[in-house]
Amino acid sequence: MNRVQAFLSILSKDMKTYYLKPPNISWGLIFPLAWTLMFFIRTEGDVDVLELLPGVMGLSILFGTTSMLAVTITFERKQRSFERLLLAPISVNVLMLAKTSGAILFGIANAFVPVLMALLLADLSNVGWLAVLGGVFFISITSTFLGLFIAVSVREVFEAQTFSNFFRFPMIFLCGLFVPIGDLPLFLRPLSHILPLTYGVDILRNGIEHTALFPLWLNFGVLMLFSVGLFGLSTRMIKKRWIL
Amino acid sequence: MSTIQVQALHKKYNGLHAVRGISFSVEKGEVFGFLGPNGAGKTSTINMLTGLARPSSGTITIHGMDALKHTKDIQSRIGVVPDESNLYDDLSGLDNLSFCASLYGMKKADRIRKARELLASFSLDAARDRPFRTYSKGMKRKLTIAAAIIHEPEILFLDEPTSGIDVESARQIRRLIRSLHDQGVTIFLTTHYIEDAERLCDRIAFIVEGVIVETDTVSALLSRNKDTREVAFKAVEGGRHLHDAVKQRWPDVTIRAVSAEGIRVVLEHETSIMPFLKLFESGGFDLLEARIIHQSLEDVFVSITGIDIDRLEKAREAEST
Ligand SMILES: Nc1ncnc2c1ncn2[C@@H]1O[C@H](COP(=O)(O)OP(=O)(O)OP(=O)(O)O)[C@@H](O)[C@H]1O
Ligand SMILES: [Mg+2]
Repeated sequence: MNRVQAFLSILSKDMKTYYLKPPNISWGLIFPLAWTLMFFIRTEGDVDVLELLPGVMGLSILFGTTSMLAVTITFERKQRSFERLLLAPISVNVLMLAKTSGAILFGIANAFVPVLMALLLADLSNVGWLAVLGGVFFISITSTFLGLFIAVSVREVFEAQTFSNFFRFPMIFLCGLFVPIGDLPLFLRPLSHILPLTYGVDILRNGIEHTALFPLWLNFGVLMLFSVGLFGLSTRMIKKRWIL
Repeated sequence: MSTIQVQALHKKYNGLHAVRGISFSVEKGEVFGFLGPNGAGKTSTINMLTGLARPSSGTITIHGMDALKHTKDIQSRIGVVPDESNLYDDLSGLDNLSFCASLYGMKKADRIRKARELLASFSLDAARDRPFRTYSKGMKRKLTIAAAIIHEPEILFLDEPTSGIDVESARQIRRLIRSLHDQGVTIFLTTHYIEDAERLCDRIAFIVEGVIVETDTVSALLSRNKDTREVAFKAVEGGRHLHDAVKQRWPDVTIRAVSAEGIRVVLEHETSIMPFLKLFESGGFDLLEARIIHQSLEDVFVSITGIDIDRLEKAREAEST
């Protein structure tokens, strides 16, 4: 009971102080818009919305979640308010789930901004929403935990930002978002297979375009492994490095 | 059984020994003070006691539980005031307190009621809805203390509760510590202000360079050098002449200090002040003052550790400016 209370309280505090602040909301809106527009321009208006949607959704989640954790975790640690949470009678696991649940929700919300736009531009009646929802949920969890891992690995907020880009930009090009993995140079293909977004976007593709590289169970399985691994590594790092 | 029991506690940070095998215990309802200069290992000790740092070796038992194994159980029953305010800048005073209380599972209605009570008792009512960021240093400190006691902990740890704030706020904080003491809360505090230690603590441990050099009740410490009182004499003729007169009559008497106005003489054991008065009278001195100087905790600290905290403090300040 105490744990639930603390969990909800941490989540609602983060929502109030970070996620629902105007700059973050607008960031969540502008980002997907900008991606869509970019591809719209590149393809000179002749754009297949459904083909674009999985990629834009994936990127919106990835950028939305990873950029928030630098603030909710690295910044709070720097300000020492994180100590307060470490002193609270809740386990590090529950604490970190509470600290990341806001980002997960934020990622899910971000994913649906491009979906709403697509609703205006295309016919979405053939979309398998269950797979899309599942995909969005798992991409959000995995990228949040990737952000968590980055946030606990660094000391300064700017380091977290730089370090995230180190992961984010390769993913844009290697995850089959815009360039199908089959079209990538041979030597880059193994790289794309070790990036979690590859599997996440494949789920979305499965739901939206009904084409996919891998079976759904494999995609979900890989994302789950990534999530558990990244979360485990992050909490271990906190216990080892932050409890001196 | 003692509320806190520490055995051979040791803390090393990459080769630097911050705490070197200290042992002490704190009884239920007691105010226990850690007094020592900067870098003595006070914060390191508090961090280990509260679960923010892991000892390199040694044991900590709190409420009969091994603190390293039952950290979370213990944390639910303690409150911690860190040396620097660490509340949330963007939250108001009230929201900060309510949030902190919620981490301990307090219900919303209880949190708000208790938070308001605390804000009132710290005269922070007017700033209740302002973001913490806008608080002054003293206000921040008070709110940080309020946040540490809102869940009514059985043990309260305070790291330098009165450092860097004005006299009135410091007085308010001392009053609060006393009232918590009256309510039976066990209190562990660190300070490098001797006056605080003297006014607040039942017992004190002197800690220097990671070692406890002495632990005792304040009254025992104060009476430790009772046999050797000091007397200050001042005369129109000045210290030099008083000194010569005393030395001529009693070559063995220890004279602590000679100044332009007078001298400070050490009175051994049951020696009375009368022979001195008679000596000065017969010598024709125009005596202005004869005053017994009471030993302060500071004198005891200096005589035990050989460290003048005030001077260290000033040297450090000079260094940093
Ligand atoms: N995280 C850390 N890493 C390395 N050394 C540390 C760390 N924390 C403290 N120390 C060192 O350990 C020693 C004791 O520090 P500590 O903060 O416990 O002293 P203190 O008694 O609280 O001093 P102050 O009065 O300045 O607060 C110091 O030499 C300090 O530099
Ligand atoms: Mg300290």
